[in-house]
Amino acid sequence: MARKISFKQAINEAIAQEMGRDETVIAMGEDNVGGMGGDGEKDAWGGVLGVTKGLYGKYGDRIMDTPISESAFIGAAIGAAVCGLRPVAELMFVDFMGVCFDQIFNQAAKFRYMFGGKAVTPVVIRTMIGAGFRAAAQHSQCLYSLFTHIPGLKCVIPSSPYDAKGLLIQSIRDNDPVIFFEHKLLYGLESDVPEESYAIPFGEANVIREGDDVTIVAIGRMVHVAQQAADDLAKEGIQTEVIDPRTTSPLDVDTILDSVANTGRLVIVDESHPRCNVGTDIAALVGQKAFGDLKAPVTIVSAPHVPVPFSDSLEDLYIPSPARVKAVTKEVLEYSK
Amino acid sequence: MTPQLDKKLLLQAYSTMRRIRDFEERVHLEFATGEIPGFVHLYAGEEASATGVIMHLGKEDYVASTHRGHGHCIAKGMQLRTMMAEIYGKKTGICGGKGGSMHVADLDLGMMGANGIVGGGGPLICGAALAAKVKKTNNVAVCFFGDGGSNQGTILESLNLASIWQLPAIFVAENNGYAEATSSRWSVATGNIADRGAAFGMPSAIVDGHDFFAVYEAAGEAVKRARSGGGPSLLEVKVNRYFGHFEGDQQTYRGPDEVKKLRETRDCLVLFRQKVTNQGELTNEELDQIDNEVKAEVAEAVDFAKGSPKPEAADLLTDVYVAYA
Repeated sequence: MARKISFKQAINEAIAQEMGRDETVIAMGEDNVGGMGGDGEKDAWGGVLGVTKGLYGKYGDRIMDTPISESAFIGAAIGAAVCGLRPVAELMFVDFMGVCFDQIFNQAAKFRYMFGGKAVTPVVIRTMIGAGFRAAAQHSQCLYSLFTHIPGLKCVIPSSPYDAKGLLIQSIRDNDPVIFFEHKLLYGLESDVPEESYAIPFGEANVIREGDDVTIVAIGRMVHVAQQAADDLAKEGIQTEVIDPRTTSPLDVDTILDSVANTGRLVIVDESHPRCNVGTDIAALVGQKAFGDLKAPVTIVSAPHVPVPFSDSLEDLYIPSPARVKAVTKEVLEYSK
Repeated sequence: MTPQLDKKLLLQAYSTMRRIRDFEERVHLEFATGEIPGFVHLYAGEEASATGVIMHLGKEDYVASTHRGHGHCIAKGMQLRTMMAEIYGKKTGICGGKGGSMHVADLDLGMMGANGIVGGGGPLICGAALAAKVKKTNNVAVCFFGDGGSNQGTILESLNLASIWQLPAIFVAENNGYAEATSSRWSVATGNIADRGAAFGMPSAIVDGHDFFAVYEAAGEAVKRARSGGGPSLLEVKVNRYFGHFEGDQQTYRGPDEVKKLRETRDCLVLFRQKVTNQGELTNEELDQIDNEVKAEVAEAVDFAKGSPKPEAADLLTDVYVAYA
């Protein structure tokens, strides 16, 4: 039975259902319970934005508070994974990866290869991404490109409550290290989500809207920006195909190539910085594999090469907008060789 | 005080230390021929530490090691031949030639790997100990690190985390006097790494790492504490390495006769032999027999490694993921 729940509730439900199904699943993070050691209530916060609220009541000590000590507890989650648990660790903001990245990219990502195929490291690291919260330069980045670059990691970027639940369940069941990116502006978004448990496989893009004139590939929250642009373009008779890759590693290249073979025109919308991002990666893949199909240059709409600014007047300029996506898409449509 | 060990355990202790020593001395010689690729960091001189600690552990207990990891691997039960083949970068190596000296690991033996990142093992051992605690297995987890690693945030964070979570963990600081070329007398603010235990509410001890019996006794207390739910401990083993930071290091930062004097006066194998023969627990003949057996085993390991094939082109792309769509 599907009913409307929020992106945040979908994530909570995925963790809860997997903890109920498999007792090796544990969850940990800063204030994931909230209130440990104090005189007030336990489960006071359930994570800084309340995503894990209520799990403590259901599963007790299997959901753990941690000190603000990312290297130690992210690494502990990784160590516990290689020793038989399925930890879901919360790195509060992806911006904090700077203090614990070694444990993720030098340890978790490489165990299996370095150890000759013996290691299984089923850890999930959930982390918040994205601008628009007026949270400034150290709490607003979209750093999934850095993780996508690393062999051994899988990268998941859901754009809807339905995908968030199904992809997180898959992440917890998956036997490889998964980084699960949650855009903070999506937490309140509601959509139909089945009550029952379900898993969405990795590497399968979601074609959100079909169209023959131009393809837009959008990542995470940018899927909604692309949809708004596509709605506007439709009013002018332009049919846009919108593709959400859902996972950037593995990446469903075939769905993108098939679409480009049909439309011949590709716009990529990526909220991250413009150099070496997922958008440039997809552009390169399409340039290499579908050069003959292209009727116009592949064009990327991204944030500029600056840190995320604080003031709303600047941050609103920083984030790709539906208007920008629409304008760029029209340029691509008008291009002729 | 000498802890009471039966004859079987004494023979095991000597054999393990001898296997580490001969393995490392031989790698040193073979490296000089140019046949062993990459970076190699040798454990010779520190054998009593790995042996004295790991003899308290079973296969189900976990160990995280360092870049200087061969000794911990051997003490944890890895075969010399597959380790040697790994160090030579051969397909028959324990990691298929994909890890090398700095990443020798065997999770089936609870050996979570040597580690190319100084201080990398601390958080991982917190996780191994957490898994033991959650699964109620009664296993313990040991993190070896050096004086260099003792200054890494990962280790300090791990001491705190292990303490507040009351994990069945033992942190063994092998202070061999040098982090690469820099003296621990200069780099460790407290002088003794063990002094930091108090800062994290953790029992700690300093032990002479040339004395197998001292290490064995102190480690035994820490392991017992961890297994009985008493939480983590910090053990500082004061020890010395005989070779450089890596092979090829000319060690100009050390005193001219420093290593020579250590070998003459503080060698763990010599001290062990003196003690057990003086006390009539083992005979020189029994120990000589082990020496001969180990010599043959190491020679066989080198032959095996040299005679083994290298990984093939197809091996380049395997073992990255369990499954990748």
